[in-house]
Amino acid sequence: MVKSLFWATFTRDLTLAFRHKGDMVNPLVFFLIAITMIPLALGPEKAVLVRIAPGILWVMALLATLLSLDNLFRSDFDDGSLEQLLIAPYPLSVMVVAKVLVHWLATGLPLTLLAPLLGVMLSLPASAFGALVWSLFLGTAAMSLIGSVGAALTVGLRKGGVLISLIVMPLYVPILIFGASAVQSAALGQEYTMQLAVLGAALALALVMAPLAAAGALRVSVSG
Amino acid sequence: MSLPALIELHNLACERDERFLFARLNASFAAGQVVQILGPNGSGKTTLLRILAGVSSDYRGEIRWQGQPLASARWEYTNSILYLGHLPGIKKSLTPLENLRWYAAQQSGVSDLTIIRALVQFQLAGYEDTPCHRLSAGQLRRVALARLAFSQAKVWILDEPFTALDKSGVAQLELRLADHAAAGGLVLVTSHQDINVPHLESVDLQDFVPSPVQIQEAFYG
Repeated sequence: MVKSLFWATFTRDLTLAFRHKGDMVNPLVFFLIAITMIPLALGPEKAVLVRIAPGILWVMALLATLLSLDNLFRSDFDDGSLEQLLIAPYPLSVMVVAKVLVHWLATGLPLTLLAPLLGVMLSLPASAFGALVWSLFLGTAAMSLIGSVGAALTVGLRKGGVLISLIVMPLYVPILIFGASAVQSAALGQEYTMQLAVLGAALALALVMAPLAAAGALRVSVSG
Repeated sequence: MSLPALIELHNLACERDERFLFARLNASFAAGQVVQILGPNGSGKTTLLRILAGVSSDYRGEIRWQGQPLASARWEYTNSILYLGHLPGIKKSLTPLENLRWYAAQQSGVSDLTIIRALVQFQLAGYEDTPCHRLSAGQLRRVALARLAFSQAKVWILDEPFTALDKSGVAQLELRLADHAAAGGLVLVTSHQDINVPHLESVDLQDFVPSPVQIQEAFYG
């Protein structure tokens, strides 16, 4: 039974994500447009673009993730499903993992897969594509998990959008630094396994801590 | 009623925005009862039900489940209640079948066929694959109520379940509540309408609005 409610939550949210394609595509479109604008604004000089590409790609991926966080628990809160989630005979933190997993599949994974294409647009050298995909793969997953805590804390507020950014942004800084650094190193032909290891460690830590914190925050938000 | 109490409330009090909604609420609910919680708007009916459902823990006093404090019987209690809140907990972009599948996963042995039978019982035959945003308010309420048909929970906590239901729907639900009580269940329900169920009991929250003296005692005494 314990397994079944995890999967029930997972499949329900995945179905919902596919029914609301607009919500799912929104961060991707933002990512695409924002990165397309950079060469138009700065000029197509290769030397300049190569220099800034890792940072730009990572900052935009971070902002795109941030953009999608508010929806994580909002609709559940509005239609009463969140109350039912809270009182279900099942650990809330595990259901949070199911919801975050869907969130990552709907935003983080598409961002990761889209990034190399935009890397080409910013003349990122071929040697950096591996680092770009792997760092975003680990980084977006960690960002979805950390973001769930911010979303859970602000779900009871009428306008929590700005607050989420303020809560979550400082926690994203280390991930941004190591993620962008991995891509930068790879572009310069250097070793980047250390940065990936740090991102992996951040993901492992977030996977253990964030669902518990988010579950606690949800209880506070809903019962208040 | 000779049956032992399932839920007992001892000196339950709830404060909201520096105002006591109710205080010194003592009551016990036994199997076989249908209890209507009464009180005007804003008197704390929903708050009481949310406390009993475990959604809110913002209260003082004690709740006992079959004689045990709630803290030590939490798991058993969670498995024994079904709470249907003000908000129905139904996703509008999913179909009734998809919605109920999630609730069915909370207990073992509920197949899709069981869910469809439940929908048929609530006059939703043929709607199992229609997205819920195309259903009327009453039909949406029926989707939420269809959980009652396959739930194994002993205690039903229903907040305004008659909202938006038509006459035959109301009569049918009343029958279902009476059946559940007769089968050894307990129903706690709020409603502004009169509920037509045999042996209906009631708790009026206005009897538990504290006087200023009592509030002073609660704070300083």
